[in-house]
Amino acid sequence: MDGFAKSIGGGGPNVPAGSHPAGGSQAAAGGGATQRTQYPYVTGTSVIALKYKDGVIMACDTGASYGSTLRYKSVERIKAVGKHSIIGASGEYSDFQEILRYLDELTLSDHMWDDGNSLGPKEIHNYLTRVMYNRRNKFDPLWNSLVIGGVKKGPKGDEKYLGMVNMIGTHFEENHVATGFGNHLAIPILRAEWHEDMTFEEAVKLVEKCLLVLLYRDRSSINKFQIAKITTEGSTIYPPYSLKTYWGFTHFENPAQGAVGSW
Amino acid sequence: MSSIGTGYDLSVTTFSPDGRVFQVEYATKAVDNSGTVVGIKCKDGIVLGVEKLVTSKMILEGSNRRIHSVYHHSGLAVAGLAADGRQIVSRAKSEAASYEKVYGEPISVKDLADRVASYVHLCTLYWWLRPFGCGVILGGYDRDGPQLYIIEPSGVSYKYFGAALGKGRQAAKTEIEKLKLSELTCREGIVEVAKIIYGVHDEAKDKAFELELSWICDESKRQHQKVPNELLEQAKAAAQAALEEMDAD
Repeated sequence: MDGFAKSIGGGGPNVPAGSHPAGGSQAAAGGGATQRTQYPYVTGTSVIALKYKDGVIMACDTGASYGSTLRYKSVERIKAVGKHSIIGASGEYSDFQEILRYLDELTLSDHMWDDGNSLGPKEIHNYLTRVMYNRRNKFDPLWNSLVIGGVKKGPKGDEKYLGMVNMIGTHFEENHVATGFGNHLAIPILRAEWHEDMTFEEAVKLVEKCLLVLLYRDRSSINKFQIAKITTEGSTIYPPYSLKTYWGFTHFENPAQGAVGSW
Repeated sequence: MSSIGTGYDLSVTTFSPDGRVFQVEYATKAVDNSGTVVGIKCKDGIVLGVEKLVTSKMILEGSNRRIHSVYHHSGLAVAGLAADGRQIVSRAKSEAASYEKVYGEPISVKDLADRVASYVHLCTLYWWLRPFGCGVILGGYDRDGPQLYIIEPSGVSYKYFGAALGKGRQAAKTEIEKLKLSELTCREGIVEVAKIIYGVHDEAKDKAFELELSWICDESKRQHQKVPNELLEQAKAAAQAALEEMDAD
């Protein structure tokens, strides 16, 4: 469709030319040629996801920070897209909201074909990769790391899909992905303990193990999480809940014990 | 009642002495010569049906869609020049999308009908554009319940309980008036629409036709969609049976 090429050049579907304000940057007058890289303002932290027997499971906390302040504590950073996919985002929350708008337009025009087909996770991942990469090339990125997971019937039966794309357009497909701090804290655990065809309960346990580590060690995470799953039956985003933490380690008691000094 | 508007019918920007715009009337003739399109407003939704005249045995079944989804909650059935209809559908889709972008909520069916009518009317105002040679039946289901509109090539739009366009519209309208629409559910409605279309189809003049049915109702979660296959087959079977009964008399 010719609208597609236009939309990539114009920074998103149906955005009229010249109406693109970029937060915290300068647009060159009378040309809109160069934009400086933005700074993220309200950010979400890690998202982790893994494939299991029936589909894909994704989890993240419900916090959004304003710099070092934990400003919003009930933010849903995982959303369903169409019938076959879920998307989770870390990074600038307003950019995630924009991405959800683009996906709404995409799924609407897909729905209106009414031809019995609908966009699957692979197609959505590819679309978002194009959007992210093209924005990066204009020095006007959408400051997010996105995780897309889903299940769709393919030539070999129900095919599970899990992929990631970030603000510079790097994208790949894997059995388990994580964004932000999750890359450093959760991926090692997932690499050690993930295996093919985990049950839902096993998958939740593994995910909770990763979330707990992130809760202890990532200062921008909060103890309120949402787990989402996508299977052939559809997507489910579970209500938020908290994990039990343990702070009774002997080393935490009397922290000044070994400290020398008068103050 | 056809009258020749000699001299006053060459341009859409010319009025005749008795205040008619002949070009628009001629455009309406294109609608009147097309396959019948029927729409009814049932108590829980809308049913749209089209008598798709099949011009060649080589045409694949299910191609040349005449009913299009415009937004989740609305469908547009086209009578007349199919290519003109595509333009109208495309415009309706983009109006609905831009309304949602600006106002953050789905366009109401009334506003959608207004916008489509304005667009159709636009093309009757300039000499370098010709009027659309198609009429559309717009059916939608929003907060104010199910609604049905017809937009004619002149750009007028009216709200209806039951509507028909095309060759068999007179006969179809008579049949629709016999129905108790306020008590009909959409499930019953699709059977009635199928019967009407099979009934008005002229076996002598046109040979084959394909029935296209769509609905927006509580059962379809207020989304516009093609009627599910089993229901479509049931409706066709019932319509055939009714036809045979009539022939047997």
